[in-house]
Amino acid sequence: MSKTALIIKREYFTRVRKKSFLILTILGPLLMAGLWIVPFFIATMSEGNKTIEVLDETGLFASYLKNTSELTFVLSSETELDSAKNALLKTDHHALLYIPKTELSVPVTALVFSARQPNPDVKSYIRDVMKKRVEGLKLESKGIDPEIMQSIQTNIRLTAIKLNEDGTEKKSVVEINMILGFISGIIIYMMIFIFGAQVMRGVIEEKTSRIVEVIISSVKPFQLMLGKIIGVGLVGLTQFLLWIILTFGIITVFQATYGQKLSFEKTVPAYSGSQKILDSNQLAEFNALHEKNIDPMVQVLEGLKSIDFTIIIITFLFYFIGGYLLYSSLLAAVGSAAESETDTHQLMMPVTVPILLSLIVSSYIMNNPDGTLAFWFSIIPLTSPVSMMIRIPFGVPIWELILSATLLVAGFLFTTWVASKIYRVGILMYGKKASYSELWKWIKYRD
Amino acid sequence: MTHILSAKNIIKRYSGHTALNDVSIDIPEGSVYGLLGPNGAGKTTFIRIINRITGPDEGEVFFMGQRLRSAHTSQIGYLPEERGLYKKMKVGEQALYLATLKGMKQSDALKSLKHWFEKFGIEKWWDKNVEELSKGMQQKVQFIVTIIHKPRLLIFDEPFSGFDPINANLLKNEILNLREEGATVIFSTHNMSSVEELCDSIALINQSQVVLEGKVRDIKESYKTNLFEAEMIHYKNNLPFPEGMKLISEEKEVNITRLKLGLSQGISSNDCISLLLEHGELRKFHEVLPSMDDIFIEKVSNTLNKPIHSKNNE
Repeated sequence: MSKTALIIKREYFTRVRKKSFLILTILGPLLMAGLWIVPFFIATMSEGNKTIEVLDETGLFASYLKNTSELTFVLSSETELDSAKNALLKTDHHALLYIPKTELSVPVTALVFSARQPNPDVKSYIRDVMKKRVEGLKLESKGIDPEIMQSIQTNIRLTAIKLNEDGTEKKSVVEINMILGFISGIIIYMMIFIFGAQVMRGVIEEKTSRIVEVIISSVKPFQLMLGKIIGVGLVGLTQFLLWIILTFGIITVFQATYGQKLSFEKTVPAYSGSQKILDSNQLAEFNALHEKNIDPMVQVLEGLKSIDFTIIIITFLFYFIGGYLLYSSLLAAVGSAAESETDTHQLMMPVTVPILLSLIVSSYIMNNPDGTLAFWFSIIPLTSPVSMMIRIPFGVPIWELILSATLLVAGFLFTTWVASKIYRVGILMYGKKASYSELWKWIKYRD
Repeated sequence: MTHILSAKNIIKRYSGHTALNDVSIDIPEGSVYGLLGPNGAGKTTFIRIINRITGPDEGEVFFMGQRLRSAHTSQIGYLPEERGLYKKMKVGEQALYLATLKGMKQSDALKSLKHWFEKFGIEKWWDKNVEELSKGMQQKVQFIVTIIHKPRLLIFDEPFSGFDPINANLLKNEILNLREEGATVIFSTHNMSSVEELCDSIALINQSQVVLEGKVRDIKESYKTNLFEAEMIHYKNNLPFPEGMKLISEEKEVNITRLKLGLSQGISSNDCISLLLEHGELRKFHEVLPSMDDIFIEKVSNTLNKPIHSKNNE
C-alpha cells in the first residue's frame, strides 16, 4: 500500500470509529427524517373514515352531504336533538351535525356535536357544502340559474413556467427554489467548516504532540497533508452518504409501517383527488377555496417535483469536494503555522472571510439568482461553493457552471500548492506563532 | 573503509542566515558517530537533510554510494529531538502504523513489534491509549518504532534528553547491540560523557561549519599535551627534574604521592619512568588525554561571545 494510502486509512478510521461520529451519523437522519415524518404522521393521525350523523331539520342539506373517502354521512335515527346527542355517545361515530329549522327562509346555522375535538377538515367540508347549497337556494330565489353563477366565477392561477434553453418548460416554485438553495448553501458551508476544521485540528495535534517529525522522516510533508485532507474528506462523504441512506431508510420503514399516505406520489393525487367531491362545474370555486386554505405541504411537494434533484446532488457533491479541498488545505496551512488552537483565530481570519461573505450575501443571491453579484460570487472559487449551491435550484446556464467548476479546480490546486509550502515549514517550527510576513517567507523557501 | 553516508559540500541557507556552510561529513559503516555542537550550530538541519525532511541548497548526500532518495528512508531510523506520539491512538495500532509507514509489511511489523514489546515489558499496554502511558513507557515505544524496521542507519537526536537513568541505560545498551548487529548510528548530543562512552568517531559542528572531525581516539591523541600522571609510594621529595621534564603538580596523601608531569618532545615516557624508579616505588603511570568536554569547550569557546542563532532558525 502506498504511504499516502496508509495515512488516508489512519485518518479515516480513527475518526469513523469515534463515538462522536456515530452519534452525529444517527442523530442527523433522525432529525431530517423527523422533518418529513412528523407532518405526515400528524396527517395520518387524523385520518380514518369518520361517520357523521346528520340531523337535518330543514331537510335541505342531507342529500347534498355526500360520502367521501374520509367521511361517511348517516341520517340520525333520532328526531330530537337531545336523544340524538345521547345516541351519538353510545356509538363510535365522530360527530353529530345538527341543522336546526329556523324562521328564515334560508337557514345559515348548524351545530356540530362531537365527543372528541371536532376535526377542522370535517368542519370546513360541511361549511363548504352548506355554503354552496345556501348560495344555490338564494340564487334560485332571485331567479338566477345557479349554473350561470358558477360558470362566471373565475379564479386566476398564476403559474411560473421556467423556459429552459433546450426548449422544455418546467413549472417553478420560487419559494421552494429559495429554500432548497439556502439549505444546500448552509449545509455545504457547515460541512466545509466542520471538516476543514478537523483537518486543522489534526495538523495542530500532530505538531503539538511532536509526532510530525517522526512521520515526515518516512513520508513527504505533502503526502502527510494530502493524506489527512483526503482521509477527513472521506469521513465527510461517508457521513453525508450515511445520512442520505439512513434518512431514506427511516422514511421507507415508517412508510411501510404507517401506510401509503406518506409518499409524495400518493399524497399529491390524494389532494387533487379530493376535488372530485365537487361537480366539475364547481371546480373553479373549489380552486378559489383551495387556494385560500391551501396546505403549504401541497405546494412544497408540487415544487419539489419540479426540481431536478440529480443535478442538485451532483453539483452538491462537486462543490462540497471542491470547496472542502480548497478550504481544508488553507486550514491545514493555518494549523501548521499555529502552536495551539487558540493561536489560529487570527490566522484563520483571511481564510474565513470569503466564505462568511458568501453566506452573508446569500439572501441577496436568493432574490436575484441571475444578478451580477450572484454571478461573480458563484464564479470566484473562494465563494462559489456556497453561492453556486444557492443558485442551482433556480437553474444556472451551463457555461457558468463549467467556468465556475474549472476555476474551483484551479483554485484548490493553487491553494493546495501554497498550503503545502507553508505546511512543510510550519510543522517543524516550534515555540511560536507565525506572522503573515513569515508565512510569505515560507512560501518562497525552496525545499 | 566504506562509508554508509557521505555528505559533500552541503550548503543550506534560510532567509537571513546560513544553517550549514559547506559541510562535508563521511560516516563509516558500522560505527557510532557523534554529531556534536552547541545549540543552533546546524546539527538538526543536517539530520533533517539526511532524513530528506528538507533538502540542501547545494551539495549532495550519498547513501551507500547512491545519491540519497526517498526509497532510502526505509533504511533509516530517526528518533528526533522533538518527539511524540498520537495521544488518542492505541499503542499497538500506532506502532504498527509507524512501522508500515517505514515500508514494513503488516504481518512482519506485527511479529517484530510483539517481540520488542515483550523485550521491554510493555506488551500489556498494546491496547491502551498512548495518553495512559507513563513518559518512560512512551519513550520505549518511540525507541521501538525507530528501530523496528531494522534500519542500516539510525539517527538519534539528543536521545537521552528526558530519559530517566534506567531508560537511558537501556537505550545505550540497545544502541551498542544494534551496532554489533551491523547498524550504523548517528548520535547528536551535547552530552560529552555519552560521547566518550559510545562514539567511535565524531564531527563537531560550530557556527554552520565542521570544525573537527575524526575518530575519537585520534582526536584525543592529537589534542594531547604530553601530560603524564604518576603515583609513587615512598617518594623522595624535591627530585631535580632534568631538562624537558616539568613537574606540574604534586599531591601527597600519607605515603602516596601523585605527580603530574609534562614531557617535551624527544623525551619518552620510558625516560621518565626510569628516572622515577630511582626515587621510590612506582604504582601507576599513565598519559593524561584531554576529555571530549575539554576539546569541545576549547573549539567552541573562542566563538561563544559571538551571537548564536536561535534554535527556531536552525
